[in-house]
Amino acid sequence: MWSPTQPIVAMKDVKKSYGDFDVLKGISMDIMKGEVVCIIGPSGSGKSTLIRCINALNDIQHGSITVEGQEVHDPGLDKRILRRKVGMVFQQYNLFPHKTALQNIMMAPVKVLKEPRAEVEERARALLKKVRLEGKENSYPGELSGGQQQRVAIARSLAMRPDIMLFDEVTAALDPETVKEVLVTIKELAADGMTCILVTHEMGFAKEVADKVYFTDRGLIVEEGHPSEIFTNPKDPRTKAFLSQIL
Amino acid sequence: MAVLLPLRAAPQMDGFSLTSWLANIKWWQIGLLLLIWPVHAFAQGAVTVNDALAVLYKWAPFLVLNGFLFNVLISVLSMALGTGLGVLVGLTLISKWYALRLIGNTGTAFFRNAPWLVLLFVVLLAFPFEFTIFGMRVPFPGWIKAVIGLSLPVAANIAIVVRGAIQSVPSAQWEAAESLSFTRIQTLWQIIIPQCIKRMIPPWMNWYAILTMATPLCSILGTEEMVTLTRQAMEAEGNKPEFLMPFYGFVLVLFFLYCYPIAKLTVRLERKFAVKL
Ligand SMILES: Nc1ncnc2c1ncn2[C@@H]1O[C@H](COP(=O)(O)OP(=O)(O)OP(=O)(O)O)[C@@H](O)[C@H]1O
Ligand SMILES: [Mg+2]
Repeated sequence: MWSPTQPIVAMKDVKKSYGDFDVLKGISMDIMKGEVVCIIGPSGSGKSTLIRCINALNDIQHGSITVEGQEVHDPGLDKRILRRKVGMVFQQYNLFPHKTALQNIMMAPVKVLKEPRAEVEERARALLKKVRLEGKENSYPGELSGGQQQRVAIARSLAMRPDIMLFDEVTAALDPETVKEVLVTIKELAADGMTCILVTHEMGFAKEVADKVYFTDRGLIVEEGHPSEIFTNPKDPRTKAFLSQIL
Repeated sequence: MAVLLPLRAAPQMDGFSLTSWLANIKWWQIGLLLLIWPVHAFAQGAVTVNDALAVLYKWAPFLVLNGFLFNVLISVLSMALGTGLGVLVGLTLISKWYALRLIGNTGTAFFRNAPWLVLLFVVLLAFPFEFTIFGMRVPFPGWIKAVIGLSLPVAANIAIVVRGAIQSVPSAQWEAAESLSFTRIQTLWQIIIPQCIKRMIPPWMNWYAILTMATPLCSILGTEEMVTLTRQAMEAEGNKPEFLMPFYGFVLVLFFLYCYPIAKLTVRLERKFAVKL
């Protein structure tokens, strides 16, 4: 049995390849409940692949990933049960365009969890308020700005009451002004104690909120540590090169 | 590379050939046709245009009510059956299971490419003219066989339409649904299909127009539809060759009047939906 003193997400020597191209070459990380973890690294280094393995959107060829003690890539596991615990937000929001903001948020709890509609609606409205989108209940995604859509997407994930949230470059498609409003939402979430795993290029944000930063390069974790160490005193030459480029 | 130009301009087999052709017909072209047609009949001699038109006028209500409306009925039933079947087959085409996809693909390829008339004959000959269920004899008339026969190629083509529409929805929508724990079936019916149903309507209407135009094929099977009745009417009037143009022209005009608005609407919807999303 898993207890909160053990890592909520544990990866051990995870390897994955597409054909004969090795994307992940042995990744290990332990993430504790309530931690905020940022994964940074150059484009193509396997960050998205890594984060998508955690909710089994990608499969792996070697190693193990456990979420709350449950082996993610156990063939007998019902992935749908795993995914209720792990919310995911994408770079391109991926809201359902034919549903309003409120419907987007309510859909999964009603259809998947079979929770009473009235209860779900109350929760959905509270979530919209939390992401500062009161009054947008009946707007369709096409009528919302990128930043607003992304906050609806976050609320949609939260409506499933996950234990862990995955964010894959969720601000990369946004205007600089709207990036802030999404980051504020994530910050509040982190402050509430949600376990957050983020792939991000927002170094300022990582510095401020992350408990731990992982730097990946070509399918390997090259360096890891508290942001104050990684950003001010990187040890690996690859981290140094990447940070000098980006900062 | 001027030689390549005509090749590139060649009409694409995009499944809209009939409706786009029909919808492109201008009103002045129809007028011109109507002008030429009686003149042509008149040039044939003995029976005057007025005589022929008078005979046609006498038969017209019968031909429309007993003939053309029957064609419409056959087309509607075939379309309903073909659409239902087509959606099911379309779902096999995107199935996770290779074997199911293979069966679906093979069947679709066969029924899309087989001549419609051959399919009609096969259905006609494959089924008995009556069934015995619990000692009761239930007749199985030719026109129902025609409905089934015509629905087969329609189903195969609708399956392709369904697959195309489903695949036009970005895969990110599947992933979003998957990470919210939706099942595949839930994702399909509640997230994917509602997004692409609009896109299915124009090609679906196009196939309806094609199907309607094909219903006279049933006359060869002895179904008493428009063309059969027209032939019988002409026989009753002494089989004069002068009647050929007015009578078959009448059939043509009726089918045109029925399909032209459908074609216009199809092309308009097609344009509208192509812009949006
Ligand atoms: N489905 C796939 N098939 C084949 N190769 C893939 C596939 N998905 C990703 N890759 C490859 O795996 C490598 C890592 O991709 P990944 O998307 O994980 O990188 P990333 O670190 O997220 O990059 P970015 O910062 O650009 O998002 C890339 O070289 C990519 O081309
Ligand atoms: Mg990525």
